[in-house]
Amino acid sequence: MSSVKLSAPSSLWIGGGRPLTRRAAFPPEIRRVAAVIRAGSYTDELVRTAKTIASPGRGILAIDESNATCGKRLASIGLDNTESNRQAYRQLLLTTPGLGEYISGAILFEETLYQSTTYGKKFVECLNEQKIMPGIKVDKGLVPLPGSNNETWCQGLDGLASRCAEYYKQGARFAKWRTVVSIPCGPSALAVKEAAWGLARYAAIAQDNGLVPIVEPEILLDGDHAIERTLEVAENVWSEVFYYLAENNVLFEGILLKPSMVTPGAEHKEKASPEIIAKYTLTMLKRRVPPAVPGIMFLSGGQSEVEATLNLNAMNQSPNPWHVSFSYARALQNTVLKTWQGRPENAEAARKALLIRAKANSTAQLGQYSGEGETDDAKKGMFQKGYTY
Amino acid sequence: MASATILKSSFLPKRSEWAAAARPSIGRQPVAVSFTVRAGSYADELVKTAKTVASPGRGILAMDESNATCGKRLASIGLENTEANRQAYRTLLVSAPGLGQYISGAILFEETLYQSTTEGKKIVDVLVSQKIVPGIKVDKGLVPLAGSNNESWCQGLDGLASRAAAYYQQGARFAKWRTVISIPNGPSALAVKEAAWGLARYAAIAQDNGLVPIVEPEILLDGEHGIDRTFEVSLKVWAEVFYYLAENNVLFEGILLKPSMVTPGAENQEKATPEQVAEYTLKFLHRRIPPAVPGIMFLSGGQSEVEATQNLNAMNQRPNSWHVSFSYARALQNTCLKTWAGRPENVKAAQDVLLVRAKANSLAQLGKYTGEGESAESKEGMYVKNYSY
Repeated sequence: MSSVKLSAPSSLWIGGGRPLTRRAAFPPEIRRVAAVIRAGSYTDELVRTAKTIASPGRGILAIDESNATCGKRLASIGLDNTESNRQAYRQLLLTTPGLGEYISGAILFEETLYQSTTYGKKFVECLNEQKIMPGIKVDKGLVPLPGSNNETWCQGLDGLASRCAEYYKQGARFAKWRTVVSIPCGPSALAVKEAAWGLARYAAIAQDNGLVPIVEPEILLDGDHAIERTLEVAENVWSEVFYYLAENNVLFEGILLKPSMVTPGAEHKEKASPEIIAKYTLTMLKRRVPPAVPGIMFLSGGQSEVEATLNLNAMNQSPNPWHVSFSYARALQNTVLKTWQGRPENAEAARKALLIRAKANSTAQLGQYSGEGETDDAKKGMFQKGYTY
Repeated sequence: MASATILKSSFLPKRSEWAAAARPSIGRQPVAVSFTVRAGSYADELVKTAKTVASPGRGILAMDESNATCGKRLASIGLENTEANRQAYRTLLVSAPGLGQYISGAILFEETLYQSTTEGKKIVDVLVSQKIVPGIKVDKGLVPLAGSNNESWCQGLDGLASRAAAYYQQGARFAKWRTVISIPNGPSALAVKEAAWGLARYAAIAQDNGLVPIVEPEILLDGEHGIDRTFEVSLKVWAEVFYYLAENNVLFEGILLKPSMVTPGAENQEKATPEQVAEYTLKFLHRRIPPAVPGIMFLSGGQSEVEATQNLNAMNQRPNSWHVSFSYARALQNTCLKTWAGRPENVKAAQDVLLVRAKANSLAQLGKYTGEGESAESKEGMYVKNYSY
């Protein structure tokens, strides 16, 4: 019996199986191929890892600054950007006793994933002992996006599969990929689509290699726009992200999100209270994030340490369908760095400062932060116009 | 200084146009136009209506059979398809005393929206006095989809705005639009896209005219596929639906969903238990439905009255992020119709039977259905191959 191909090329079959023949007088046997959504071997582990990171009272310490960016941090306290200085700084952070009570995961830069302490213990091992999951930044940075309005795109898909497999062998269990969206530049539909598609492809590859992908489309603070505009852009961006995540068959129970909070632009005349930020941010999350996603770990993006804690706390005043927590870099490290100044005699004080911030955010995750005893320094904003990571 | 008129959002540049306008040569400052996502005047009312329909222990009575389909129902009990008979039957349904305890909304066909009871009282008024929100079917039925695999699409967008406005005037506060997806026919990507896009456009127009849209892409029971295949198709369909709803700026807090439960195809050998149906269905909801959506009102689509109740009950054994309830036609009306048999002396008995079913489903919504006292009749499946509504 001759089979007639469907004439419309757009009629692709969803879910595998070859094209169906058009119904003839005697309909042929239809071979149905049941394609499973996620055939990956890491499914259970991904779900467990994501749940562990998204555990109550805990969040992520982001210390994945590239060497160049870490150099800026070190320079701010008068240190050279050498490997041993970077090692010393990361060692200070990662060997802080009791850190694992408040921190469930630590995002590392590649160098750090392979590094050891000055006494020869692998950082990954230090983290595992503390019950902190090691994570790894896997993107290859932002570059100009042709045809856009001076916007950028995030590269890193080439060779990503083998990189992820290697990182998994080295002990990483989650990955992070940060792309950005700029409101002053539009954002253009192109930039949003590219950001979302890149994230979705990365997420699928990461999961395929055993790493829980943190999905981070950062909507930059830069701009003088009002909070309503941020909400609109955030809804647009996340709608696109989830559509492509679904299209790429990403397992939602095995991802984490790292959104920016919904706030006015940094140059907007009005500042928003934590309650307003919480209201707008939760509205956005409720409109865009299905409950299958176990954790939403906010970035701090230029907010002061205290602001970042207050805002998180405001978002946890009633139960949410997902774990709502933090993945902070500057908002956890700023005071620590300044306290340390690169001096061994300051290490203990610096570690204490880290625990204070980590505990404050832990309390905020539980909605119980009271704000007592915060220093002035911790309240200073860290927004830098045109900030490059 | 000229005063600025407040523009409705439809007059402001569409996002794609805005992005094009904002793509100048380097140096030109783009003008930031801040417009809100939903400029509709009915926003608050839509949210209230949706919440009311999605109230605990209550669900929807679907009685919007077209005249032709209602004729089939009447024929099954030996009655002619006359307006008087349709009026008598609908009077029986809406006048059941205390129906509003279990039923929060009733979907009507156009004729019924303008009809009165046999006692001369407007049916809409009877419903309102029962605390039941009147709803209205607004689609214009299924027709063949060119270029697909013998699939259909749902028409009804032409003149929908004025129809919806007129229905609102008449007392309707929610609308319903049913399109279908056929697994044996693929479904083709084209059919899924058309179904999703049509629903999204209808939803935006309905909200613009004060009606809460019920979003219903029915994945037909027909077929011999396993439950995994239904699951996969459901994920795909609803990802597409939500993407287009977002693109059309539909207010998620002001819609209701009417999905099919995730079950094996009717011709599949294996039957799934209520617990299995609940497990698969809840997993799909978790992956696709943002918590902003207030209510998910399942269709029964050929299940027996008792099956439909048991499955709903199984889905409500733990708290959900949305109201999970029913919007049943056959699964509420079947035994009632047979009991009435067109005889006035049977009206009370028929109404009692309707209340029994309504109460059973109310309990199921609360997760407290026990199944005592169900008749053999109510356990009979109502699947009809190639059923046309």
